[in-house]
Amino acid sequence: MEEIVQSFFNAEIARAAMPIVLAGLLNTVLLSLLVVPLGVIGGLILALLAQVKSPAVRWPLMGWVDFFRAFPPLVLLILLFAGLPFAGLELGGFACVAIAFFLNTGAYYGEILRAGIESIPRGQVEAARSTGLSGMQTMTWVVLPQAVRNVLPDLLSNTLEVVKLTSLGSVVAVPELLFQARQAQSVTYNPTPIVMAAVIYFLILWPVVRLLSRLENRALAGRG
Amino acid sequence: MSAWEHFLRTFFNAEVMAKYLPDILRGTVVTVELAALIVVSGIGAGLLLALIRSLAIRPVNWLIIFVVDLFRSLPPLVIIVLVYFGLPSTGISASAFVSTWLSLALVLMAFAEEIFWAGITSVARGQWEAARSTGLSFGQTLIHVVLPQALRLTVAPLTNRTIAITKGTALGTVVALHEILGMASSAVSNSYNPSPLMMGAAAYLVLFLPVVVAARWIESRFAWKR
Repeated sequence: MEEIVQSFFNAEIARAAMPIVLAGLLNTVLLSLLVVPLGVIGGLILALLAQVKSPAVRWPLMGWVDFFRAFPPLVLLILLFAGLPFAGLELGGFACVAIAFFLNTGAYYGEILRAGIESIPRGQVEAARSTGLSGMQTMTWVVLPQAVRNVLPDLLSNTLEVVKLTSLGSVVAVPELLFQARQAQSVTYNPTPIVMAAVIYFLILWPVVRLLSRLENRALAGRG
Repeated sequence: MSAWEHFLRTFFNAEVMAKYLPDILRGTVVTVELAALIVVSGIGAGLLLALIRSLAIRPVNWLIIFVVDLFRSLPPLVIIVLVYFGLPSTGISASAFVSTWLSLALVLMAFAEEIFWAGITSVARGQWEAARSTGLSFGQTLIHVVLPQALRLTVAPLTNRTIAITKGTALGTVVALHEILGMASSAVSNSYNPSPLMMGAAAYLVLFLPVVVAARWIESRFAWKR
C-alpha cells in the first residue's frame, strides 16, 4: 500500500510537477478551443454539401466521410507530421494537429449535422421560402437552429471525444496536458504526474459525461 | 526526372515497399488480433455490467456508474500510458500488447454498458410487469422479452462506437507496440523514406473501410423507428 501511494500519489512529486502539468492543462484548453470550432466548420461544410442531391456530389462526399471514419486519427496525424516533410512541407506539430482534426472530426460533425438537417420537415423550408427568405437565409435562420437542437446530445458527445482526442498532440510534441505530464514523469521516474493528468481530465470531463448519459437515456426512453 | 516521378519515388517507392512489406503484414496481424480481443472482451464485459445493473442493487450500481463514467471521461491514450508506465511501479508489469488491450477493452466496456443499459431501460416497464405476471422468472423475462428488443436498438450506436474505439489500436504505437503504425514508423526512420507509412495507411483502410461501409448499411437497417 505504502509503495503504491509512493509511486502513484507522491505528494512531493505532485507539488513539483504541478506547474508543468497546469501549463499543459492551459494548452489543452487552448487546443480544444481551436480544434472544436475547426471540426464544426468542417462538418458544416460537409453537411451543407450533402444537401446537394446530385450523385456527382453525393458519392464523393460519402467516400470522403467513410475514409475518415475508417482512418485512425493518430495515423492521419503521423502521416502529416512524418510524411509531409518528405514532400518539402514541414508544418510542425501544432499545425498538423489542426489539419488532422479539421479532416477527422469534421467528418464526424458532418454526419451529425447532416442527420440534424434531414430531421427538419421539408414543409418548413417551403414555408420559409414562400415568405420570401432566400435559400441561404432559410438554412441559417430556420433549418440550422432546429437541426442543431435536434442533435445536441450527439454534438456534445462528439465534442467530448474531440477534447479527449487532443491528447494525441502529445505524440507530435504539442505541449498539452498528457505531453507535459509525460515530461514530468520522465524527469522524476515516477508515474504521479500521469495520475495528475488523468485526475484533471476526469474532473473536467465527468460533468459532461453525466449530462450526456442523462440526455441519451431520455432520448432512448422516448422510443421503445 | 519530372516532379510527378519524384513524388512517386518518394511516397510509393517500389524497392522500399517490397523490403518492408513483411513488417507491415506482421503489424497487420497484431492489429487484427488486438482488435478482435478488444471487441469480444469489451462488448462482453459491457453486456455483463448492464445485466448486473438491471438487478438494481444500489451500491453495486453506483460502482458500475462510476467505473463507466471514469472510462468515458479519460482519453484512451492517457489510460494506455498510465497502465504501461504506471503498473510496473506496483510490481505487475504489462506488455505493450496487454496494456493496449486492457485499456481499450475497458473503454469499450464503458461505452457498451451505457448503450446496453439505455437499450434495456427503453423497454417499457409494462412489458416487464406483463411478462412477470404470466409466470416468467426475472431471468426469463430478461432473456426472452427485454433483451431481444433492447439489443436491436443498440446495434447501430454500438457498431459506430466499436469502430471508433478499435481504430485506437494505433495508439499502441506510443508504448512501442509493433502494430501497423509502429512497424510503419520504424520502417520510415530506417529507410528514410515515407513509403512504409503509405503502406500502413493502406493497411488501415483495407481493414476498416469495409467495416465502416457495413456499419452504414447496419445503421439504415436497424435505424430507430421514430
